[in-house]
Amino acid sequence: MTALRRLPRLLAVGVRTHVVYQSRSPLEITFAAVLPVVQATLAVYLFRAAGDPDRLIQASVGAGLMGMWSSVLFGSGGAVQNQRWLGTLEPLVVAPAPLAAVLLPITLATAVVGTYAMGATLLWGVLLFGVPLHLAHPLAFVAAVPACVLALGLTGMLLAATFVLLRNANALANALDTPVWLLSGLLVPITVLPGWTRPLSWALPPTWGARAVQAATGGGAVWPPLLAAIGSGLLYLAAAVAALRYVERRARAAATLALS
Amino acid sequence: MLAIEADNLTRTFPIRTGGRLRGRRTEVHAVRGVSFGVARGELFGLLGPNGAGKTTTIKMLNTLLLPTGGSARVLGHDVASEPVAVRRRIGYVFGGDRGLYDRLSAQDNLRYFAELYGVEPREQRRRIAELLDLVGLSGRERERVEGYSRGMRQRLHIARGLLHRPEVLFLDEPSIGVDPVAARDLRRTVAGLAAAGTTVLLTTHYMAEADELCDRIAVIARGSLQALGTPAELKSAVSGVGVLEIEAYGIDDARLSAVRALPGVRSAAVRDDGRTQWLTVQSADGAADPEPSVRAALDGLRPGRTLRREPTLEDAYVAVVSRAGDETPQAAA
Repeated sequence: MTALRRLPRLLAVGVRTHVVYQSRSPLEITFAAVLPVVQATLAVYLFRAAGDPDRLIQASVGAGLMGMWSSVLFGSGGAVQNQRWLGTLEPLVVAPAPLAAVLLPITLATAVVGTYAMGATLLWGVLLFGVPLHLAHPLAFVAAVPACVLALGLTGMLLAATFVLLRNANALANALDTPVWLLSGLLVPITVLPGWTRPLSWALPPTWGARAVQAATGGGAVWPPLLAAIGSGLLYLAAAVAALRYVERRARAAATLALS
Repeated sequence: MLAIEADNLTRTFPIRTGGRLRGRRTEVHAVRGVSFGVARGELFGLLGPNGAGKTTTIKMLNTLLLPTGGSARVLGHDVASEPVAVRRRIGYVFGGDRGLYDRLSAQDNLRYFAELYGVEPREQRRRIAELLDLVGLSGRERERVEGYSRGMRQRLHIARGLLHRPEVLFLDEPSIGVDPVAARDLRRTVAGLAAAGTTVLLTTHYMAEADELCDRIAVIARGSLQALGTPAELKSAVSGVGVLEIEAYGIDDARLSAVRALPGVRSAAVRDDGRTQWLTVQSADGAADPEPSVRAALDGLRPGRTLRREPTLEDAYVAVVSRAGDETPQAAA
């Protein structure tokens, strides 16, 4: 009961700690902002070439969402690996707090840091391409972005749960980058993908988070996809918590918590 | 009830040898049936050469590794089946530069781990200030850890390990790479904790540290317990043994083996102090002076000074480890 009462504070302190830690790496912040800006530039030119000048703001937002996903994906895989390199994974695991409550703030922090990408791509679009910062539902946008952050962070949580077992987690992260942003419709609508991919897209919380953000930007229903993002994200969290009970025991048996 | 009970504790690691196609899986036995008990409030030392199984033993006791055989209990809780109960009661401090968030301040590091270790929010500020004071980091707590010296980092490790007032503290080579003054402060802190009732399990390569601090010492080599007793009891096992130290340079394995094979020589080990080597030879009780034959065995090396002294804990350790068949005992004075 005490542990449950203290959980919100533990998560808040954890997110703050990891956001501050990740934000103090000039290299990581540069990568978090520069790559999405390049992707935003390409997207703007593609949308212009396709005769979609009205959707330039969505190109900026889409590139920002891709940046957020990359941050979560590499952050979640990299976070566990980084904790190994820092030598902090063992002190974190040996703490009496549940491993899920230790890992969730790390993955949420990677999503929060990912919003730097969103800020960078929006600013880039406005300053360089004169993309008007016109949002269809400004208030809903303010709600949709944190919901998307949460959905991405909870997706990262499930990834992190499996990455505890892998000493070379980054290799798997590389393989997941492009397929997931394509399937989630972060930049290109999922309607242009083959029909058989649709169930895969629906099963991904980023799909709903991205749809909510895109709807808040270009028009459409925001709240149903927003709720679906949170709901599916919570299902991922439940799966991650269940998986972690097994994963932690496996990691203790297989000795994968430390580098050596 | 004992604070720590290890009963026939065993840990094997599967390893793969050879290439992907023709490789095969084998097992490395890191710890082989180690048993010992540590009383509450006792300061217990675990000594042994690199790779002897000390850290593996500690990691099984602090729940980071599952034993593959045997069992262990900490304050009555099984380390395999009750990890959370064990974790609430233990602190874990390891040596080296890693294990901290470098880009955060000491205060932020401690605040985060205080939360993870369940320190009550209203107590956190006072406890962190108290610990910073204890480890001598008061006034530096707002600086980023990346600017800390190794000794300061080590002291921060200790502060973190003590945040939740653990009843049992595992110290895995806490003084490794720490300068002599910082190491002395560290020993004082550890002794103070034990005096205040904390059970401490310490691993170290520094014999003087173990001799000064530990109530009892277990020597582990090749994964097995080789000796267990108070420092005085271990030293008494080599009382009457003559210890001869000869300064030389270029002692190779062949010459060392030749010295070991000499009649009357109980054990021999080489210590490298940078510019020269010191060959330490223990002669059996009542044996003739081995110096002439040892010098003859070092033919061609121009041996330097010779020292004769009473056996120390290090000599007892070297004798135990050599007896276990470990040819390269690592020990520092």
